[in-house]
Amino acid sequence: MSKTELTKLTLTEARDGLRKKSFTAVELTAAFNDAIAAGNGGLNAYVLPTPEHALAQARQSDQRLAAGKAGALEGLPLGIKDLYATKGVRTTACSKILGDFTPTYESTVTQNLWDAGAVMLGKLNNDEFAMGSSNETSCFGNVINPWRRKAVSGALSNDKLVPGGSSGGSSAAVAADMCLAATATDTGGSIRQPAALTGTVGIKPTYGRCSRWGIVAFASSLDQAGPIAKTTRDAAILLKAMASPDPKDSTCVDTPVPDYEAEIGKSLKGLRVGVPKEYRIEGMSAEIEVLWQKGIAWLKAAGATIHDISLPHTKYALPAYYIVAPAECSSNLARYDGVRYGLRVPGRDVTETYENTRAAGFGKEVRRRILIGTYVLSAGYYDAYYLKAQKVRSLIKNDFDQAWAKVDCILTPTTPSPAFAAGEKSGDPLAMYLEDIFTVTVNMAGLPGISVPAGLSSQGTPLGLQLIGKPFDEGTLFRAGQAIEDAAGRFPVPVKWWA
Amino acid sequence: MTTVTKAVPMQDNAAAAKSPNLIKGNTGDWEVVIGLEVHAQVNSRSKLFSGSSTAFGAAPNSHVSLVDAAMPGMLPVINAECVAQAVRTGLGLNAQINLKSVFDRKNYFYPDLPQGYQISQYKQPIVGEGRIEIDVDGASMKVGIERLHLEQDAGKSIHDQHPEFSYVDLNRSGVALMEIVSKPDMRSAKQAQAYVTKLRTILRYLGTCDGDMEKGNLRADVNVSVRKPGAALGTRCEIKNVNSIRFIGQAVDVEARRQIEIIEDGGKIDQETRLFDPVKGETRSMRSKEEAHDYRYFPDPDLLPLEFKPEFVAGLKAKLPELPDAKKARFVKDFGLSNYDAGVLVAERENADYFEAVLSTLKDGTRDGKTAANWVINELFGRLNKESKDVGASPVSAAQLGSLVGLIGDSTISGKIAKDVFEILWAEGGDPAEIVESRGMKQVTDTGAIEKAVDEIIAANPDKVAQVIAKPTMLGWFVGQVIKQTGGKAAPATVNEILKKKLGI
Repeated sequence: MSKTELTKLTLTEARDGLRKKSFTAVELTAAFNDAIAAGNGGLNAYVLPTPEHALAQARQSDQRLAAGKAGALEGLPLGIKDLYATKGVRTTACSKILGDFTPTYESTVTQNLWDAGAVMLGKLNNDEFAMGSSNETSCFGNVINPWRRKAVSGALSNDKLVPGGSSGGSSAAVAADMCLAATATDTGGSIRQPAALTGTVGIKPTYGRCSRWGIVAFASSLDQAGPIAKTTRDAAILLKAMASPDPKDSTCVDTPVPDYEAEIGKSLKGLRVGVPKEYRIEGMSAEIEVLWQKGIAWLKAAGATIHDISLPHTKYALPAYYIVAPAECSSNLARYDGVRYGLRVPGRDVTETYENTRAAGFGKEVRRRILIGTYVLSAGYYDAYYLKAQKVRSLIKNDFDQAWAKVDCILTPTTPSPAFAAGEKSGDPLAMYLEDIFTVTVNMAGLPGISVPAGLSSQGTPLGLQLIGKPFDEGTLFRAGQAIEDAAGRFPVPVKWWA
Repeated sequence: MTTVTKAVPMQDNAAAAKSPNLIKGNTGDWEVVIGLEVHAQVNSRSKLFSGSSTAFGAAPNSHVSLVDAAMPGMLPVINAECVAQAVRTGLGLNAQINLKSVFDRKNYFYPDLPQGYQISQYKQPIVGEGRIEIDVDGASMKVGIERLHLEQDAGKSIHDQHPEFSYVDLNRSGVALMEIVSKPDMRSAKQAQAYVTKLRTILRYLGTCDGDMEKGNLRADVNVSVRKPGAALGTRCEIKNVNSIRFIGQAVDVEARRQIEIIEDGGKIDQETRLFDPVKGETRSMRSKEEAHDYRYFPDPDLLPLEFKPEFVAGLKAKLPELPDAKKARFVKDFGLSNYDAGVLVAERENADYFEAVLSTLKDGTRDGKTAANWVINELFGRLNKESKDVGASPVSAAQLGSLVGLIGDSTISGKIAKDVFEILWAEGGDPAEIVESRGMKQVTDTGAIEKAVDEIIAANPDKVAQVIAKPTMLGWFVGQVIKQTGGKAAPATVNEILKKKLGI
């Protein structure tokens, strides 16, 4: 099998190929190392490729495969978002303030992956501290979407499209065959939106399903780890390996992780799917509406029943999210003070050192959110902003709880529009924040949500549909996600222009 | 500092309402109002949210985990033992135990605060209102407890090791503290001191804090305001981190005096934090309200609300040790001790245990609590104090002292001889009965021997005999002479009796 053929495999196909000894883990890893070396200059998906590390892991995988001791992910090369602490490998959250920070510890989620035999190809780009929806806030520069849109003429435009964010490195690398799959994180949509914009599958599991230990925190009550993969089945396999109970994270649940892959291919007969009227927002493009209707039809055809539901507090979710998330971030990011690790820009006294360090170390969007968060927690504003936002959050959760009496999962679009070009929204924070309009509710309620590619926009770029599930019912999302995938087909990048 | 402290005096506190504690000013009498926030380090092997050791005196930064140093992605996990200690303390303070409490973040920047926030409890503390009883000048009064909450200690900044840089030691960073907030129920320095003393005693009985003020394991923020008796509460100043009971008294007095002078000179008190300087005997401003931090408290999203069941509390309650008030009452009731003596004995659990161990060695007929208490308090504690030893280091064991007190009780030796035996025990050790036997220190009750001595003294002092017959109060001189003649071993009562008979008085 040629190197290009190897990198085009799904995670499932690669797993099965390794087990059948059609190729070795070293061959597979080398193919990806080459793809990264050739293509990363064009896409900037990786901020730190680790080819030697990958080959060393692959050699050990081959030994275990030969010895019949293969783990669930034995020899499968993955990309790791730079928010995950990786022992001995630079971890920066793509912020200057962390400098060359190299953890002495491994995040629980990545440790689970290595324990399952996975191979790390490198650290993936993301928006600085996961704050952004276009991967334009990384201190390592923009990630470029491997998809290109069609100009009016019908020819492919040279516009550099964004891969979504904050897990833009993850989505781009998966779409560009620069890894089999990738880890990502999602605080307001950072897994699902980039997946939608790159034709990949991304799932944010229920809050508490994956340990947050060792993942650089953005907003602790919203952050969750999850995978971005080429197929629904691949995402199921990867999430199973990432998730685990963890006594080091008080918010992580102590319940066993089900076999998600077993859900793939199960019938949708009797599944009740909700369609919330509040997600039909003003200004949403007609093609998104058409896509949504297609999704409804596919699920119906697969045996599900469709139900109109109401989630009345949806419109308050985005404003409330942009209070809660910055509030938590303003406190979580206080530790980056130049005292113990990372960047330090000295001043005349400690206060000036703080000011210099944080002014130089944080980018514009991170500074904006720290300021917003500091403001909404301040004496005299706390009740009007933070407390009220928490009340909204309870109402949103309550909306969903009521919906679960009628339906088993909910179908919505993932994003209001397809991938846009770099610079198109970066000057207008509010336009950028609207990218999360369909995804933040899920984080606010702590629910699982999956984005599955469902079609192409009029510009020929991918669009995704989102399925929202009950707490810890990821299984249903994989089952219904597979039905959409079966109906819509897969969406590989048509032209490999970057390498 | 806790901003939720309610400045409401306890209306039903009769002792506080009476006013033996007024301070004379130029414009009349003033009343001082005191509330205390005591920070007590929780006795536990590891920190509040990490597994690092809490041992004192280790090399700088040797007890620091990834969590304590606030490395990226690190998360706190509550230490169950610290929770149990806080609940035990709440029970010891007769306080409401809250089955649900919440940890909040108190945000501020300082190099010895690695997270950039302290995890504390703001609106929903683990322990609510309670009360303790204190004794001041023989009168007992209640002091209300407003709340107790758990929080992290900060690290330590060291400024004197380098001309340009400060150093930070994070060994203390994350160590569990209990902040115990009183109501503003105290009206004098003495009451404030008695409160902290009593609180410390309770904590030490419970084993929830070692109360070591020298190591900073117990320290107090003292809130002081003054007012004309009956007037509304005045503006308070908070004197931070006072680390001895003596200084608490001094700080209250100088701060009250300072505030009175300002008001009488037509000024007004600024609400501020102040520091007490024991060398200069003054308090001085740290920062004013205008510069006060906005701590931006909010619930810590890394931690779930702390919830436990009533059975958890009941289980801890069932295993609580006898507390000082109960022990004192028992000593008075069962052993006939005075309130004062019982109070002295129960002030330290080790002392009370020693006393009870002394009593337990005594046989039923000789178990005289008062005598035992006298010996423990006056002889043993007196001697220990003189040599700056505590009871744990006493050269005389409870068994030895008990045996000695037993020898007095069954009239084997007199109290006077017993003091000699005590000296021998202190210096050389040994078994009191053996010492008395081998050194011939037994009390002489043999009337023949005493009569012989009496006869000799009478014969040798005809002039004194004449005097004593005229003036019987002179008898004491004869008693003394006879006892001296017998080497101190004659029982005084017997000597008296025989002398009276022989002298015919």
